[in-house]
Amino acid sequence: MTTVDILEARHPVRGVKRRQVSLPSISRQHYMPYLLPLAIVLLWQLASSAGWISDRIMPSPLKVVAAFSEVAASGQLAHDVAVSGARALSGLLIGGSIGFLLGIANGVSKLSEQLTDTTLQMLRTIPHLAMIPLVILWFGIGEEAKLFLTSLGVLFPVYLNTYHGVRNVDRDLIEMGRIYGMSGWSLFRKVIFPGALPSIFVGLRYALGIMWLTLIVSESIAASSGIGHMANTAREFMMTDVVVLSLVIYAVLGKLADVIARALERWALSWNAAYQG
Amino acid sequence: MPIGPYQQPLAFVAEGGEVDNYRVAEPRPRPEPAGLKLRDIEKRFGDNRVLRGIDLDVPAGQFIAIVGKSGCGKSTLLRLLVGLDTQSEGEITFHDRGGQPIVPNARIVFQEPRLLPWFDVADNVVVGLGEGAPKSEARRLAEEALAEVQLAEKARAWPSQLSGGQRQRVALARALVSRPGLLALDEPLGALDALTRISMQTLLTRVWRELGFSAVLVTHDVAEAVHLADRVIVLDEGRIKLDLEIPHPHPRKRGDPQLAELEGRFLSAILGD
Repeated sequence: MTTVDILEARHPVRGVKRRQVSLPSISRQHYMPYLLPLAIVLLWQLASSAGWISDRIMPSPLKVVAAFSEVAASGQLAHDVAVSGARALSGLLIGGSIGFLLGIANGVSKLSEQLTDTTLQMLRTIPHLAMIPLVILWFGIGEEAKLFLTSLGVLFPVYLNTYHGVRNVDRDLIEMGRIYGMSGWSLFRKVIFPGALPSIFVGLRYALGIMWLTLIVSESIAASSGIGHMANTAREFMMTDVVVLSLVIYAVLGKLADVIARALERWALSWNAAYQG
Repeated sequence: MPIGPYQQPLAFVAEGGEVDNYRVAEPRPRPEPAGLKLRDIEKRFGDNRVLRGIDLDVPAGQFIAIVGKSGCGKSTLLRLLVGLDTQSEGEITFHDRGGQPIVPNARIVFQEPRLLPWFDVADNVVVGLGEGAPKSEARRLAEEALAEVQLAEKARAWPSQLSGGQRQRVALARALVSRPGLLALDEPLGALDALTRISMQTLLTRVWRELGFSAVLVTHDVAEAVHLADRVIVLDEGRIKLDLEIPHPHPRKRGDPQLAELEGRFLSAILGD
């Protein structure tokens, strides 16, 4: 046990050292990422106040804040955010589920892979936004159009990463599982799915980006509610501040979705050294 | 998957011959060690005859080591014994101490620990109980098995937080938790550093003497084979070249001149000089 003891004896020492160094750097970790956005906003405000940028082109941050409180007070903002959020989520749910199930099926079953993978790879190469004219012809400008586009956009990154994750689960672990009597569902639940999970999360986070992108585009083109609609209406009335506000809201929502996905990832992958601490 | 001893549902045979699935009464039954009888075993991969004419009798409870150069067929032989592969010809049978045929509960430990990184240490050991073990009971048995390999305090740790030697001890606990009658060891210490290896050898000897299973160790380290086993078999190009008992009592002293002399004999048999 000599080596083990030496290792264990060294551990506390290392732990203390690390803590001393990392205490100040933890708080730094928290504020550092926001320094740059803050500086940009300050500079932007300065430029607007000094009259370097016309309000018609780019309203000052304070004006955007004013627009925010105005739209928020009327209840319009909450409504539009809720509508957009619901669209985004249902698109993610539908497209993500289809992509996930196909990814699992093709990762596990050779037959399923031979049947569908080539088709999916072909469909994947079509930019899904190129289908907007067709989608409008099919669905008009109703909810279905946006749901269809978002689902389609989200499907492929989730599919590819799930498939890749399942395919790359350590063969030795699968052999081990079989040796200890696992098969079918239990092998999937205990070995294959957790093994594929890191890759599935990559797919999810990638899909979140595509989800917002698709939603913004489809709401700007054809919608009677939602943030994209708000921006478009504002454009018609030359309300630059509201247009900028809607961009800010998209940024905040996008960041929020990513934060949630990352928290989920950290929680689900706490076993993985890369996500510890 | 070939059908072999592995696929047998895990069952504990209580006294009186009744099969008691997981409802294990205290104290836990000692495993019934499995004796082996191999007759004229041949294994081919395509045109390549990896094993030929292997005849081997291993009494129940014996610890044998199989040594030989890489590619001599020793790992293949081990995979046959635990049913991970099927022989092309010949017959493998298992028997208890009284010579009665049995279906052994066989387990294997590989060179890599093959732990599930997303299960904590105790849940990895629970895997060794097979499917359908009741959760709380399984966890308790796992913690017992971890105590046997001196890792009780790591039950809730992730495998990634352990050292290589500790991981291999978890793999050993996983193999032992179901009280196997036959434990196959495929270079289990091959990836460990020299000091960890010595402590693992001591541990292996201890659990083997406590639990009394039959053990088949495949190794390229002749000193290790001589230190651990009751009997060492040299495989050369798929045949048994030398088969010698090592009568020294356990635990053995390192650097014993008689053992060193034996080690020399095995080495020259392997190297063919």
